[in-house]
Amino acid sequence: MRYGLLPALTNVSFTLAAGETVAMIGANGAGKSTLLRAIAGIHTPTAGSIRLEGRDITHLPAHRRVAAGIVLVPEGRRLFPSLTLEENLVIGSVPSRRGSWNVARVFELFPWMATRRARPVVYLSGGEQQAVAIGRALMANPTILLIDEMSLGLSPAVVRKLYDLLPELLAAGTTILLVEQDVTQALRVSDRAHCLLEGKITLSGRPRDLSPSDVEAAYFGLAKSTAGGRG
Amino acid sequence: MVWVNAIVQGILLGGLYALFACGLSLMFGVMRVVNLAHGDLAVLAAYLALAVITGLHVPVLWSALVVAPLFGVVGYAVQRFVIQRSLDVSPLTTLLVTFGLSIVIQNALLEGVSANSRSLPTGWLASASFQVNSQLSIAYESVIVFSVAVVVLSSLQLFLSRARLGRQVRAAADDLEAASIVGVNVRHVYGIAAAIAFATVALAGVAFGMYSSFDPAAGPQRLIFAFEAVVIGGVGSLWGTLLGGMILGVAQVLGAQVDSSFGVLAGHLVFLVLLALRPNGLIPARLA
Repeated sequence: MRYGLLPALTNVSFTLAAGETVAMIGANGAGKSTLLRAIAGIHTPTAGSIRLEGRDITHLPAHRRVAAGIVLVPEGRRLFPSLTLEENLVIGSVPSRRGSWNVARVFELFPWMATRRARPVVYLSGGEQQAVAIGRALMANPTILLIDEMSLGLSPAVVRKLYDLLPELLAAGTTILLVEQDVTQALRVSDRAHCLLEGKITLSGRPRDLSPSDVEAAYFGLAKSTAGGRG
Repeated sequence: MVWVNAIVQGILLGGLYALFACGLSLMFGVMRVVNLAHGDLAVLAAYLALAVITGLHVPVLWSALVVAPLFGVVGYAVQRFVIQRSLDVSPLTTLLVTFGLSIVIQNALLEGVSANSRSLPTGWLASASFQVNSQLSIAYESVIVFSVAVVVLSSLQLFLSRARLGRQVRAAADDLEAASIVGVNVRHVYGIAAAIAFATVALAGVAFGMYSSFDPAAGPQRLIFAFEAVVIGGVGSLWGTLLGGMILGVAQVLGAQVDSSFGVLAGHLVFLVLLALRPNGLIPARLA
């Protein structure tokens, strides 16, 4: 996939390979969420294009991108308060894509859900709500899963637990693009990482090849020569 | 006994008001659209029913079976091609657009069918009633309308809580953007909600035409009654709408019992009192 020009993003261009986990890190306002929302179809880029397996999907509406396999776990969870936990999962299967995910399998992944399936989601904790949001996205059997700020408002232990689930999703061949402010978490779970600063990619590479000072410099936008002194 | 009679008639009249109001409530609850043409659509449906009855020589109840589905289709189209476009501009634009729609319907009717008031020929139903006791008799007509209202509200409730599409309607009402990113075609879902709203207001229009005479300018007052029923009951609550309709109906009939010119005013006064005491309605709830 390629991404071109956006007002909040300029000349951002990268490709996702099937089955890999890519992290997009960067400070607040760097344009990470805008990027994910553009890929999910909520924003239409003013210029540039988004391609899925060679097919131009730049102007495809959001619900048809879900049908094409691109599913977003949005920032702030965005569950449906008037739907029960189970209904929140079931609605994720609206595009009826073929695949192995169903309510029973999500309950296997998160066993606590089964006993609270008929409850409204507003009574769940933040971490539980995030799990429902992930489950809802999986119900669509995504080929590309976009995860926006999974750690927001959650305790580090809960975040770690949720991230540890990623390999299980990958077993099904799902490609993951995650946006995260928590750099350590993101680098821990990803195969590749891009650092976004003021709408531009300032650093790309495998997490193990990136030195902390490089990441810090790219993250805060410091010139390399002064990174150590001002960090 | 006079008062008991008034209360029973008022409750039955409430069914008609609930039928009027549920479409208004649905469109507001799902799309945040205040459809100012709602009353005029009911009047338009009544005229269409009249045309069906005289053209096809069918009884009034059969005409509803033609008019309601037709209005459903029109509702879907109006939502997709008129209201959705104004929603895309801004929520306030929908007020202007539906207000314009109201004026267009009223004037087109005035042009097409003249300002004379009409009523739907109900045949034997018009005077058929059953005697509960010597002082209380209930017209079949009002029982039929009340039953239709209860069946419509129950089906709508069932559709929203159980059906796949109903769930999508609730999701779109909760969070439009989130609904679109889980794969719901929100424009289509909005169209469905409008189709249901239009079909129910068509039923209400036919029922209204059975109850009383109508003319091209009768719409706005129907709209006000529908608003009052919705607000008394609680926006987004279907059973609240029925309760609101019944309270409004009872207030009007009791008021008219005191003085025949006091009926409508009594309804407005009860509405104002309840609005002051329970601004969120008697059964405040989301669509579910």
